[in-house]
Amino acid sequence: MSWIRHDYDDIAGTYVFDGKHAHGAYALNKLLFSFNSEENRAEFDRDPPAYCDRYGVKDEYKELVLKKDFLGMLRAGANIYYLAKMAIPRGTSVQDAGAQFQGITTKEFQAKLLAKGEGLRERLVKRGGYWNG
Amino acid sequence: MARIIGGVTSSHIPAVGNAIANNLTQEPYWKRFFDGYEPAKAWLRERKPDVAIVVYNDHGLNFFLDKMPTFALGCADVYHNADEGWALKPVAPFRGDAQLSWHIAESLMDQEFDLCTCQEMKVDHGFVNPLRALYGTAEIWPITTIPLAVNTVQHPVPTARRCLKLGHALRRAIESYPEDLSVVILGTGGMSHQLQGERAGLIDVDFDLDCMDRIANDPEWMTGFSNAEIIRRAGTEGIETIMWLVMRGALQSNVRVVHKHYHAPISNTGAGVLVLENYS
Repeated sequence: MSWIRHDYDDIAGTYVFDGKHAHGAYALNKLLFSFNSEENRAEFDRDPPAYCDRYGVKDEYKELVLKKDFLGMLRAGANIYYLAKMAIPRGTSVQDAGAQFQGITTKEFQAKLLAKGEGLRERLVKRGGYWNG
Repeated sequence: MARIIGGVTSSHIPAVGNAIANNLTQEPYWKRFFDGYEPAKAWLRERKPDVAIVVYNDHGLNFFLDKMPTFALGCADVYHNADEGWALKPVAPFRGDAQLSWHIAESLMDQEFDLCTCQEMKVDHGFVNPLRALYGTAEIWPITTIPLAVNTVQHPVPTARRCLKLGHALRRAIESYPEDLSVVILGTGGMSHQLQGERAGLIDVDFDLDCMDRIANDPEWMTGFSNAEIIRRAGTEGIETIMWLVMRGALQSNVRVVHKHYHAPISNTGAGVLVLENYS
């Protein structure tokens, strides 16, 4: 049994959330999905290891959850949208996670984003037909 | 007969909802983004569609990975927003139209789109935030809504070509409904963005603008891309932009471009508003 290769596997610096990740990290994602409920969030906070056990989150996955290692969880196959349910209320935004992936500060990451918008108005004028304030 | 008056695209990122809730829309960071919605809002005020079909993806509120429908249609009288894990106050519930939904489901099945019908469907930021951006925050929403969820979260996800074809079928479904209703289609999500991995922060303004111009005037162009090619250019989460093709497919082949607005960056994304109108 082996995972079939895909035409997106060679795109550097990302993983595409497909069957391979969804299968391997199923229990982890199920735990993260459970945080939609306030009651579940409180129950996790009362006893994190027991909560992991209840969801069948084991071994290295459990370690990552207990350490709140969000970057590690993403690398281990947590879906970004599901991870956001745990990370954002604990003070790690999606931009913080992006910055950590690149080993830069969140401020630096945000500055890189802002740079994408440089000269935007002029570019839109050139294209034509865009509202431009 | 029901008729489609046009389509509108919108970002659906969580930050949009937060900016509205926290009254930040006129802050320098947000002003240009939100100001660009004004012509779209004016068009909706003038044309007053009765129903909005909202094409969006669920991010893990209604659907979990245990069962992941490729296309899912809300077939209920009401849709509730709920806590997505961030303890935010849900917005007011949305009025549905079960009879129209079931007609659409039947017609789409006849046209070989085997979708999942949902009599209970919680709607997340992907559905809610475009409506908030276009209609403000309401206690009673001024429009009836039907959610049409497309899986863009767990691959395999449908191709751009399939999304455009779904739009074609959706047009036939709506136009065969005997009631006198005017319908707008909202295509939400995108545009280019990459949230996870070392490539996080990717925004490709040129690709976004190509998508906007082509989706307006030559939507077949986008069906030439495989999902891998879209991911390569637009970022892994940028694949959401394929949902705009469902909206576009539901319109006439030639449309009037009422409004085009693009802004980047907003949060981690490029964001585009198109207002496309069918000729009557």
